[in-house]
Amino acid sequence: MKLSLRWLKDYVDIDSTIEEFCDKMTISGSKVESFEKEGKQLKNIVVGKVVDIYPHEDSDHMFVCKVDVGDKVLQIVTGAQNVNKGDFAPVALDGSTIFGNKEIKSGILRGVLSDGMLCSLAELGLSKNDFPYAIEDGIFILGDDVDKTIGKDIKEAIGLNDDIIDFEITSNRADCLSILGLAVEAGATFDKEVKIEEPNLSISGNEINDLLSIEIEENSDCLRYMAGMVKNIKIQPSPLFIRQRLRACGVRPINNIVDITNFVMLEYGQPMHAFDSQYVNDNKIIVRKAKENEKIKTLDDTDRVLLKTDTVIADSSKPIAVAGIMGGEFSGITKDTKNVIFESACFNGPSVRRTSQRLGLRTEASNRFEKSLTPELSKKCLFRALELCEKLGVGEVVTSVIDCYPEKAEKKIVDFDYKKINEFIGINLSYEEQKNILEKVRFKVNEDKVEVPFFRIDIDGMEDLSEEIARFYGYDKIPSEALKGAAVGGRSDFQNFEISTKNFLQACGLSEIYTYSFFSESDFDMINLEKDDKRRKYVKIQNPLGDDTSILRTTALPSMLKVLTNNYNFKNPEVKLYEIAAIYEKSEPVPKETQYLTIGGYGKNTDFYEFKGIIEELCKRLNINNLKFERSNYSVLHPGKSAKVIVNGIQIGQFGQIHPNVKKNYDITSQVFVGEFDLEKIYDLANFSNVYKPLPKYPSIVRDLALVCDEDLLSYEVESIIKSANIDILESVELFDIYKGDNIPAGKKSLAYSLIFRSKDKTLTDRECDESIALIIKKLADNQIVLREI
Amino acid sequence: MEEKLKLIWENFEKRVSDIQNVKDLNDLKSDILGKKSELNALLKAIGQASKEDRPKFGQMINEQRQKIQKKIADVQNELETRALNKKLKEETIDITLPGHKVNLGHSHVLSQTLSDVENIFISMGFQVVNGPEIETDYYNFEALNIPKDHPARDTQDTFYINDNLLLRTQTSPMQIHVMENQKPPIRIIAPGRVYRSDTVDATHSPIFHQVEGLVIDKNITMGNLKWTLQEFAKKLYGENTKIRLRPHHFQFTEPSCEIDVTCFKCQGKGCPMCKDEGFIEILGAGMVHPNVLRNCNIDPEVYSGFAFGLGLERLAMFKFNIDDMRLFYKNDTRFLSQF
Repeated sequence: MKLSLRWLKDYVDIDSTIEEFCDKMTISGSKVESFEKEGKQLKNIVVGKVVDIYPHEDSDHMFVCKVDVGDKVLQIVTGAQNVNKGDFAPVALDGSTIFGNKEIKSGILRGVLSDGMLCSLAELGLSKNDFPYAIEDGIFILGDDVDKTIGKDIKEAIGLNDDIIDFEITSNRADCLSILGLAVEAGATFDKEVKIEEPNLSISGNEINDLLSIEIEENSDCLRYMAGMVKNIKIQPSPLFIRQRLRACGVRPINNIVDITNFVMLEYGQPMHAFDSQYVNDNKIIVRKAKENEKIKTLDDTDRVLLKTDTVIADSSKPIAVAGIMGGEFSGITKDTKNVIFESACFNGPSVRRTSQRLGLRTEASNRFEKSLTPELSKKCLFRALELCEKLGVGEVVTSVIDCYPEKAEKKIVDFDYKKINEFIGINLSYEEQKNILEKVRFKVNEDKVEVPFFRIDIDGMEDLSEEIARFYGYDKIPSEALKGAAVGGRSDFQNFEISTKNFLQACGLSEIYTYSFFSESDFDMINLEKDDKRRKYVKIQNPLGDDTSILRTTALPSMLKVLTNNYNFKNPEVKLYEIAAIYEKSEPVPKETQYLTIGGYGKNTDFYEFKGIIEELCKRLNINNLKFERSNYSVLHPGKSAKVIVNGIQIGQFGQIHPNVKKNYDITSQVFVGEFDLEKIYDLANFSNVYKPLPKYPSIVRDLALVCDEDLLSYEVESIIKSANIDILESVELFDIYKGDNIPAGKKSLAYSLIFRSKDKTLTDRECDESIALIIKKLADNQIVLREI
Repeated sequence: MEEKLKLIWENFEKRVSDIQNVKDLNDLKSDILGKKSELNALLKAIGQASKEDRPKFGQMINEQRQKIQKKIADVQNELETRALNKKLKEETIDITLPGHKVNLGHSHVLSQTLSDVENIFISMGFQVVNGPEIETDYYNFEALNIPKDHPARDTQDTFYINDNLLLRTQTSPMQIHVMENQKPPIRIIAPGRVYRSDTVDATHSPIFHQVEGLVIDKNITMGNLKWTLQEFAKKLYGENTKIRLRPHHFQFTEPSCEIDVTCFKCQGKGCPMCKDEGFIEILGAGMVHPNVLRNCNIDPEVYSGFAFGLGLERLAMFKFNIDDMRLFYKNDTRFLSQF
């Protein structure tokens, strides 16, 4: 809401500086976004009188003027053709600045000194809307509505010196989308009287009933409809006081009728509309619901299709306005308009909002109505509009009005318990002090009841009164008070688990990333996800920003691959990353969110075994044993360099190198490794109650075995065979070398294991070890695995 | 005797001055002091001296011996020191060469900021809770006193999944979940992802993070709200940080406020970071609206409370002077590794 401070001062006597005004209004609850001075770019431009003018000797279109600027008479050359002797005009003096921050200096124009410049409207940042009697392509010849004191600063002379304050008005305070609403706030903030006069219109007779009839159909979402008329109007520009107030509030002045509706809307906060009565069929106005698919062309020259939930203003044959939003094409005021109908009505907020949203049509009017206004405003606004018509001599004001008000809004009475308010806010004000504050914002206090002013539809109960008290007492004066009572704070077990997992991954050299939770269906194709993969069943966003953010991810791998690719393109040489975030599965009644761990990396130290080691160590620290790695058939991964991780028959995740076909889809030449794990499953499998195992009392004996076996036999299988010998003193088996080549037959490989033997109750002898080794070798031999000959 | 000892000394002194290593020194030692040495011979010959001279000679020889031993020890010491110094010199390295790289990963700056925020509130007795990102219209709006077709929905452009399901636009639905499942007293914060259909630019992102806070108990006042958030601001931005409460409007709190903190760059004097205001807005808060309490079957006549919500990205941007929100989600390791 743009506020003209000049206009506000019509009602409240504000004498603070603009900065102080803005600060205090913000602190009392009307937040100032910004403020600016009108005409702030204009410097050293004054009113001048053309005392003489004659053609320039060396030009066929220029004139030389002698211009009186008060303390001297300047010689100024102009190319404009509309200047006459005796005219008053804005004079930009030597060293002045005109609109657009352009500096004006004295100069020689075709041999003649020009000691300044006569200005046009545009050079002052104005248009014909602001001064309709001026011309666009010539000098702004000052009219009788401005101060023509020679030498006077032009901003003061023409009233281009308002302060424009832009307020951020919250949705509950539609009343503050008006000068009067802000005047009440300002009055309360600065403890000043607010002089609001009821519009003065003497009502007599009932002529209006011969000219017009109004009907509100039931369920039409119209709370009140009032109308008045002005006959035989003369369309002309509004006077300066209206034009300049509208301009400061960001509304373009058009003509007296339109300006009056806008003026009243800005002043009181309720939109108005003016109809040309010759286009209202049968002089009948019906407020009704639209028919399904009924059509109307609105004032913005757009055809609109309405639904039966929309409210329209109609005459006997057609809709003439979309209620509370915009008039129809013939409803506007033109040069030929003779008789005008002023509509002053109130419509149901949610209804206006629904229609306006569906039509994608947001107007000054809908913006106010959708926040819900009080029907009590309608009369004031209509009377104010008619009063202005009278004052401005717009035409013959009909001295009667029509008022359809099916259900009069009741006065709102709220309980007032000052002690409770003190307790709620944590202050200690007396009854009188609280009463004073409430009265400043126009509440009527009567013992333990408060009558809410008609325009405050946001006030319902004690909590609302508390806010009024608190903000005018001053939020800054409320004493801080420590929370009482002991409370145990902390994180959940899962949250702690998540944090320790993050710390572990960071210690492994992985950095954390944050990526968007949505992507597009094409991301599934990017990772070559099979057509029937369950991850292709996703939750779709109805109104996405774009196709690339239209579905909720069922896997975070595409996000990871994108980040890796970006980093690769940034020339970051070695990158290892992880993300812990939800993935989203389609399910009923609500989609399922599961926390997933996604890892990824590339670079010289990253390979399958690095990621395997990370997973093994992570599980070890969580006391998850029995990890099994089986070949994965996940289409994203290289079939020979990937694995699924299984614990007790439960798959917790998969990882490996990405499939060459997937890599092709990303702009990256390095080998890329990724993995995804169900963090919630890992958490469920984890055992956090760690128990100390006594340190071994007796020494161990280490024996190395170099074996030769078939090339494609998995190390895991060899280990299983060794373990199947059931040697209870065998403490651990660890692979330490793999060898293929010289001395090893083709199709075979050599695996070297380090075996550690230890007994719990005595020092082992070499013989005991030898016996165990013999048993193991026999088991191996049964499986065609032999000792390597040296 | 004196003559002989003098000769031995002179001979020793001459030889010892040429010694360059411990081995030569040991050879010299056995030559001079060993069994076959002249000194030993003199000692053996002492019996041939007169009875009166014997003690005197014995003493002289001993003194000579000690003198030699001391000198040898000194020389040995010196040789060892020299050898050590040589070794140290040889082993000296270029200390300006770079240290071995410690390849630790980095926690994302948003996680670090969240951790700071959580720890501050935990220290004040708050429990950290999490909840779903996909919400029903009821939890995200209606239970929070924002009915259908209410203009307050405007400020939160919502992604819908269907007419009833949506991506939460705020962490505030967690207030409802907690109040439905826990009787007062309640003291929680609820961090998480939220979604708004904002086009991406330096200060907007369709996904961002909020931290919700909720306190419900008997006799909770706006003074408690002020104290809690003042403590929070001090712990996050430094002891001298002050907060300013500005009246505002949220449908689910009344009275409501926005909270500014003194600009940590200029300490309230006014600078480009705070747009010369001296203050920076960091969160919204207010007293829980009685309608919201009633929606959760909590009697507003008995209990009151306050709630607040802060934007994590915003906090991090101010704390680390980050000027573009997109950096958080781009995950360039050159950015990630700065934190």
